[in-house]
Amino acid sequence: MTFAGWLTIVLFAVILTALALPLGRYMARVYTGERVFLTPILAGPERLLYKILRVDPNHEQHWKSYAKSVLVFSLAGWLALYLILRTQTLWDFTGLNPTGYHSGTWNVTFNTVSSFMTNTNWQYYSGETTLSYFSQMAGLTVQNWLSAGVGIAVAIALIRGIVGRSGKSLGNFWQDLVRTILYVLSPLSALAALVLASQGVLQSLSNYLTAHTITGLTQKIAMGPVASQEAIKLLGTNGGGFLNTNSAHPFENPTAFTNLFEMLLVLIIPAALIFTFGRMTGNRRHGYAIYGVVMAMFLAGAAVAYVAEAHGSPAQHAAGLHTQVIAGSGGGNMEGKEQRFGIAGSALFDVVTTVTSCGAVNSALESFTGIGGAVPFANLSASEVIFGGVGTGLYSILLYVLLAVFIGGLMVGRTPEWLGKKLEAREIKLAGLGILVTPLAALFCTALATASHAGRLSISKAATGPQGFSETFYAYLSQANNNGSAFAGYTGYVQPNAGNPGAHGITFADLLGGFDMMFARYAPILFVLAVAGALAGKRVTPAGLGTMRTDNPTFAVLLSGVIVLVGALTFFPALLLGPIVQGLTSHLY
Amino acid sequence: MKRDILTSAIGIVGFTILLGLVYPLLITGVSQVAFPGEANGQQIHLDGKLIGSKIIGQAFEVPVLGKNGRPQEKEGKPVLEPDRRYFQTRPSATEAGPDNAAASTFSNLGPNSKATEEAIAERIKAYLALEKPYVPGLTPGQVPVDAATASGSGLDPEISQANARVQAHRVAAVRRLPLSTVDGLVASYTDARGLGFSGEPGVNVLELNLALDRLQGGAG
Repeated sequence: MTFAGWLTIVLFAVILTALALPLGRYMARVYTGERVFLTPILAGPERLLYKILRVDPNHEQHWKSYAKSVLVFSLAGWLALYLILRTQTLWDFTGLNPTGYHSGTWNVTFNTVSSFMTNTNWQYYSGETTLSYFSQMAGLTVQNWLSAGVGIAVAIALIRGIVGRSGKSLGNFWQDLVRTILYVLSPLSALAALVLASQGVLQSLSNYLTAHTITGLTQKIAMGPVASQEAIKLLGTNGGGFLNTNSAHPFENPTAFTNLFEMLLVLIIPAALIFTFGRMTGNRRHGYAIYGVVMAMFLAGAAVAYVAEAHGSPAQHAAGLHTQVIAGSGGGNMEGKEQRFGIAGSALFDVVTTVTSCGAVNSALESFTGIGGAVPFANLSASEVIFGGVGTGLYSILLYVLLAVFIGGLMVGRTPEWLGKKLEAREIKLAGLGILVTPLAALFCTALATASHAGRLSISKAATGPQGFSETFYAYLSQANNNGSAFAGYTGYVQPNAGNPGAHGITFADLLGGFDMMFARYAPILFVLAVAGALAGKRVTPAGLGTMRTDNPTFAVLLSGVIVLVGALTFFPALLLGPIVQGLTSHLY
Repeated sequence: MKRDILTSAIGIVGFTILLGLVYPLLITGVSQVAFPGEANGQQIHLDGKLIGSKIIGQAFEVPVLGKNGRPQEKEGKPVLEPDRRYFQTRPSATEAGPDNAAASTFSNLGPNSKATEEAIAERIKAYLALEKPYVPGLTPGQVPVDAATASGSGLDPEISQANARVQAHRVAAVRRLPLSTVDGLVASYTDARGLGFSGEPGVNVLELNLALDRLQGGAG
């Protein structure tokens, strides 16, 4: 461990908070229809988009109607993406398939499409050896935007349900989607893409290069329009790399500065949305309390991962490698990590992308130490509430807030109230279900894949002992949380040659993962919108003496307790079998 | 319902054009004009020939010659060994040879696997075989971590300063240069931490090797 390493973690948290506050304020204005500095430029395009889409933005939607729009739009996106990926060579006329790659097989495509539609970006395929530039741009990049937009829209709908004083309206899905894309994602994404490209992230449509090295060898170098996808991949907490090794690849993340910048891109919207929530509900301190809870959990995770990775792995020690800091070397577990990021930059990045549903990686999670790897596991076990994905993080933690208020109410013996609204059986039941579906999907799929021969086919050869279970568990946990990071040895696509000839998908893993992602995305969304609908109609009663406060440290502690307890009770047995066993022993398997 | 289907269909087509074609092409256009070097992979040309990218690691290897003076082959592929005149990049787990920039990949070696221990022991052995003749007394415990672990991308362009300092002995001896000259070059191709605190300093291997060649008037 180094001073610079700790400084990175602390400064990152400070910069993030400083940037998220104004963005949160800006977004609150956008979603309440107030004027923002971009209104003069974007109001015209916004009206034009409503016209083209044939929607009336003033048409108020009941929760069921809102949910229907979400589902139909997502299904349309699924079909379009499947079509594009399966007809890859049909689009050769655009000149955007210079490598002449064929389409992947149906099963891996099913998985990929489900993955990008649900904001997961789990990747069984490898970008630079399977996909054309056209598929990456017109296919995957588009879903990077839209899945992020859908997530944020649902979170905004929930906030409207919470603050709604009369009627049952949650707003209009199409308006929320269009505003998210135009006012939030577009300016940030364009700016970020250009910053990244200026620092060395590729943005080129040329064919792969062939270099002749100074020792007389040849090196083929993958190219592509990476920066435009990289920006939205991070901002939308999507996480799917253009290139196989994601943000570890120098063309996706060329310097220690871009590493810091990319981490900020990942967390900026989820962090800002918590402040947006505080502003839209008129109780900013409630927002700060929630922010405090998730920030504390985030920092704890980062610290544990940093210490564990700096210590090195049992395999390194057994091989006689010394892992302490020496002059000119940061030491630690550098297997699967890049020199320019070092231990702190790698550990922090992987915590940033696993607390959110981003799932980008800048180092190999599979090679993390047991305890270092247990941190992403724990983050996922908390069901993406520690900041979480764009929109999904906010609506998920609000379900936990509901539960915490309810439990608090039981403890003081009063009818629980939240932001002036009485919580009753219906909301609590819906919130409980909404919280439980994701762990249910994760554990069910893990059990099925571990217990069946078809599931074990995906485990990599080198993953002996508990590592095999860790790989499997992580795969379905990550897909259920729509995260997408992986213990990348776990395979669902066997591809002997670049360009897909002779490749075959592992149908069991592809389909199970695909259903895992879709179920764990849309079931919670339905519960969240139902909660929003149930809250929307309630009368607001002014807070009295007996009302439990939700904006003070006591509440923050209660909320942390609920999150940790639910996560621990659900996942502890499974975590013991994998990462914890590995972290507690120096035995090699 | 019908309304939703119609809007969704138009939406998908419209957003595909807007976000899937207009947006990336616009960013490409601006990048190609504003920062063509960076957006095209920081290519390095020598005598008009592309020799690599500044930020993509390369294997500085040469074919092993058999007793008959011809390159040895194993399973139809030439056997390669490190070129002693050059600094060497970190181990890489990419398929079809190290530093395959057309198919980046992690090693995916777990923390508690015997396979990992064997791989690391193997890399330590190879490192010692290459460097120990020039740094007598080099022990496995002194091998810098980055020299015995596969990088994330398999394309790490950098090595640690400690690793470069060990290799400098070999490079200086083979090239008949004073060690201080080589150390000086190492220092000038070391990238500092980002903004002074982020990440680790690293030595760019390709740039360093090119500088060595330039110093001695072309490839030695």
